Amino acid sequence: MNISFVLNGKPVSVEVEPATLLCDLLRETLGLTGTHIGCDTSQCGACVLHVDDSSVKSCTLLAVAVDGARVTTVEGLGKPDALHPMQVAFHENHGLQCGFCTPGMLMSSVEFARRYPNPTDADVRHWLEGNLCRCTGYQNIVASVLRGAAAMRGEQRV
Amino acid sequence: MSNVIGIGARPLRKEDRRFLTGRGNYVADIKRPDMAVGVFVRSPHAHAIIKSIDAAPALAMPGVLAVVTGEDLKAAGVGGLPCGWGITGKDGLPMKEPPHPALAQGKVRHVGDPVAFVVAETREQAQSAAEAVKIDYEVLPAVVGVLDAIKRDAPLLFEDVPSNLCCDWALGDRAATDAAFRKAAHVARISLVNNRLIGNPMEPRAAIAEYNPATGQYTLWSTSQFPHVVRMLMGAFVLNIPQHKLRVVAPDVGGGFGVKQFHYAEEAVITWAAAKVGRPIKWVCERSEGFVSDAQGRDHVTEAELALDESGKFLALRVNTIANIGGYISTFGPNIPTNLYGPLLAGVYTTPAIYCEVKVVFTNTVPVDAYRGAGRPEATFVLERLVDIAASEMGIDRAEIRRRNMIPKEAYPYQTPVMVQYDSGDPKGCLEKALETSDWAGFAKRKSASAAKGKLRGIGLCTYIEACGLAPSRIAGRLGARGGLYESATVRVHPTGHVTVLIGTHNHGQGHETTYAQIVGEKLGVPFENIDVVFGDTDKVQFGMGTYGSRSLVVGGAALSKASDKVVLKGKKIAAHLLESSEQDIEFAAGKFKVAGTDRKKTLADIALAAYVPHDYPLEVLEPGLEEQAYYDPVNFTYPGGAHVAEVEIDPETCIVSLVNYTAVDDVGTVINPMIVEGQLHGGIVQGIGQALFENCIYDDLSGQLLSGSFMDYCMPRADNLPRMTVATHSTPCAHTPMGVKGCGEVGTIGSPAAVANAVVDALAHLGVNHVDMPATANRLWRIIKSSSLLQAAE
Repeated sequence: MNISFVLNGKPVSVEVEPATLLCDLLRETLGLTGTHIGCDTSQCGACVLHVDDSSVKSCTLLAVAVDGARVTTVEGLGKPDALHPMQVAFHENHGLQCGFCTPGMLMSSVEFARRYPNPTDADVRHWLEGNLCRCTGYQNIVASVLRGAAAMRGEQRV
Repeated sequence: MSNVIGIGARPLRKEDRRFLTGRGNYVADIKRPDMAVGVFVRSPHAHAIIKSIDAAPALAMPGVLAVVTGEDLKAAGVGGLPCGWGITGKDGLPMKEPPHPALAQGKVRHVGDPVAFVVAETREQAQSAAEAVKIDYEVLPAVVGVLDAIKRDAPLLFEDVPSNLCCDWALGDRAATDAAFRKAAHVARISLVNNRLIGNPMEPRAAIAEYNPATGQYTLWSTSQFPHVVRMLMGAFVLNIPQHKLRVVAPDVGGGFGVKQFHYAEEAVITWAAAKVGRPIKWVCERSEGFVSDAQGRDHVTEAELALDESGKFLALRVNTIANIGGYISTFGPNIPTNLYGPLLAGVYTTPAIYCEVKVVFTNTVPVDAYRGAGRPEATFVLERLVDIAASEMGIDRAEIRRRNMIPKEAYPYQTPVMVQYDSGDPKGCLEKALETSDWAGFAKRKSASAAKGKLRGIGLCTYIEACGLAPSRIAGRLGARGGLYESATVRVHPTGHVTVLIGTHNHGQGHETTYAQIVGEKLGVPFENIDVVFGDTDKVQFGMGTYGSRSLVVGGAALSKASDKVVLKGKKIAAHLLESSEQDIEFAAGKFKVAGTDRKKTLADIALAAYVPHDYPLEVLEPGLEEQAYYDPVNFTYPGGAHVAEVEIDPETCIVSLVNYTAVDDVGTVINPMIVEGQLHGGIVQGIGQALFENCIYDDLSGQLLSGSFMDYCMPRADNLPRMTVATHSTPCAHTPMGVKGCGEVGTIGSPAAVANAVVDALAHLGVNHVDMPATANRLWRIIKSSSLLQAAE
C-alpha cells in the first residue's frame, strides 16, 4: 500500500506492507533509528513518538494508520544545535544515562507538558508509568520533566 | 576561552547530545551492505534429548540462506563457550565444568537453550523458517530449584555431574567459628531465599557479523560491555580466529548491569554463520527471547546463624548457601556466589570468626551470572537481616547493635577473617549521617501518623561494604580467574593540543566520556571540549577488560591517570629542550610547562606541535610524537560502603507496600563528578528496591517454563512506585588507587534490598514477623498477615 504523511515537518510518500509496524517503517525503511524498540508487549515505551501531537507507542501502530497524519519522532523534536526545551532539561538534570529509553521519555514528556499546566512530581510519575528506564531510578527524569514543562511554559530557570 | 574542568566539578555530560536527538548508534541501528537476518530456534523444553533435527523444510522456504545446528558447529570443530573463572571446592578439586556448546548438542538444558540458527533475506522469512525447523525432542523430567536439584533422585543435567553439584565451596575457619558458637550467649538464625532476577537492560542484546574472504577479516558488532574479552574468548577458544583477524565493536550500548558482560553463544554462532553464508548477518534479540537467554542473577537459598555475647558483640557467623547457576556455566557464573559472596560476609563489622559453605548447583534454568552487585547484595542481605533479627531478639536498638560491632575508622587497614583487607572506610560516619539525614529519631511520630490513617509503617537500616574495582590480577588469579583484570588507556595528544583518550572500559550509561575528560582536564589542563573518549572497538583501542564490577573509574581511570602522567614526563623533556633548561627545572601546572622561578613557559599545545613537527627537537634522545599508554593493575580491591535507610508504609487491607522515604549515605572515595555519582546511586538503589519489592523470576517447578517472561509478568520498578530519594556521600579516599576513587556503580544495589526488607519486617514486627522473603509483594504480605492474625486469634 502507498501511504503519505508528514514526518518531522516534511511530506513522505512510501510503499508499505499492510502488516508493517510504524516503528519498523521508520527504522528500517526511512532510516530514522532514534525511535527504539525495547520490548514486544508495548510495555517499555522506548518507541513513543507523536502522531498529530498525541504520544503513541509506535510498536503497536500499523504504519498504514498514519496515512494523512503528522508524525514527529525524536529526530524532529529538536536539532543537535537547537535542542527542544525538554531535551535541554534532560541534559541539564542528568535525566538520561544509557540513552535507550530517552527518545520515548522525551516524546511522552512533551505531551505531558502540553496537558498539565501545573504539574506535580506525582503527576509526572503517574504519566511516565508506561515508560521504563533501568538506569536512572527515574529521579532525575522526573526533575527533567518538571523543568522541561516549565521551560515550555516560558518560565525562566530560577 | 579555556574551559578546563577537573576533578570534583559537575559538568553536564558530553555524551548526551547524540542520545537526546536520536543520533545514538546502537547495534540494532547499524546496517551493512547486503545484510541478511538471523533468528534463533530455541528449546521450548527445560530438559530434553534432541532425537533429530530436520532442517530441510526450513531450507526449502523462500529467502532462506542457511540453517545452522549444533552438529554443524561440532563438525566444524567449533569449541564450547569458555568459563572465565574456575573455582576450587573445599575438597581441593576443581569445579565440574561440563561443556557449554554454542548450539545445543544432544540435549537441551533450559527453556530458551539455542538449538539452531536460521539465516534468511528478511526477518519475516527467517522467523517463518525458524518455525519450520523440525526438532524431535524426548522430554525429560526437569529440575528448577536448588533444593530439588541436590536430592538423590533428582534428574541429572550432566551424566558426569553427580547431584548436579558444580562445586562444594567453602571459606573461613570452621573450627574457630564452631568454637565461638559454643561460647555464644545468643544465636540469631535466619533461613532465606535470595530471589532470582532478570537484569533487563532497556536495549535488548543484538549482534551483526561479517566476514571478508579476501582479507580473512571477521567483524562482530555486539551489545557487549567488554569487546576485547569477547575477541579473546571467541577468537581463541570458540572459533579459532586469530586475534588480529577479528574485530569486535561494541558501539553505543543501552545499559548493561552485568547482563552484557558475558561471551554469549549468539555472538559465536552469528560470526561463524556469516563466514559460512558469505554475507553480513544481523540478529536482534526480542524481549521475550532475552527473558530466556540473557544470563540471570542471584537465586540463593541460605541458612545462616550469628553468634553474639551478652552485650550484643558478634562472635561468629556461619553461612550455608545453595546457589543456582542454571543449565550451563556462564562466563563468570561460578565466581559470583563464591569469591564475590563469601569475602563480603564480614560486612562493616569486627566479627572475628566466619565460616561459609556454598554449594553451586546446576538446574534446568537460564544460566545465572553477574547482575549489578553480583554476590555482594546477597552477602549483605544475609548479614543485615541477621543483625536485625539479633537486635530484635536481644532487645538492642538496631543502630546501636551496629555501632557496637562496627570497625572503627582508626582500625583501617582492617584484615577480615574472610580473605579481604579493607584499606579505608568510616562506617560509623556513614551510619550517623544516614540516621540524621533520614530523621531516624523522628520515626515514632511518623509511625503514629501512619497508624492514625490505618497504615503500618516501618523503618529499616542497612550498613554495608562492597569489594569492587575488579581486580588485582595476582589475587584474582589465585582465586581462579583465567584472565588478567588490569585496564589500559592511551592519551593521544594531537599536534594542536586536542586530546583523544582510547580506553579499554566500555561506556553504556556511566558517563565515562565526561568523567574521563575531567581526569584529563585535571591532569593536563586541557579544555573539556578539546577531549574526546574512544572505547568499544578492538581495532581502535589497544586492549581492555571492559566495564563490570564497578571497575571502570577505579582501574581504567587509574590507567588514564598514569598515561596522563607519562605525557607530562615526556612533555617536560621536550620543554626542557625548547626552553634551554634542565628537565629537573621544568614544572608543569594548568597545562603549562615552566622553568621554575622564571616566566619562561610553553603550553601543552606548543609541546605537542614540537613533538609532531620535530624541527627543533632532541631527536637523538627522544622519539617524536606525544601519545602515551599505560596499563594499570590494582594492588587490592576497593571497598566502597555506606548506610541506607528505607521507610515503608503498608496498607493492611490491600497489603501493598509503599516505599515512602529513602536515604543513602555512601562512601565511594573521591568523587570525580557528583552529578554522575548521584545518578549511579539513584539507578543502583532502584534496582535493589526492585529486588526487594517487585522483581521475581519464576519458573514452573514441574515443567521448567519461565512464568515471568515479559514486562507484564516480571515487575520492573516504574516511576510511580518510587519516592524522591535522598543520596549523599561521606567519602574516605581509597588508600591505594591513584585518585582515591572506589567505584560507585553497584553500591546502591548492594545496600538497598536489605534496607527495604528490614523496613518491611519492622512494619510487621508487632505480628511476630521476623523475616519476609523478597519481593515483598502484596500477595506474600497478605499470606503473612493473614496467617499471623489467624495465629493470634487462636491464641
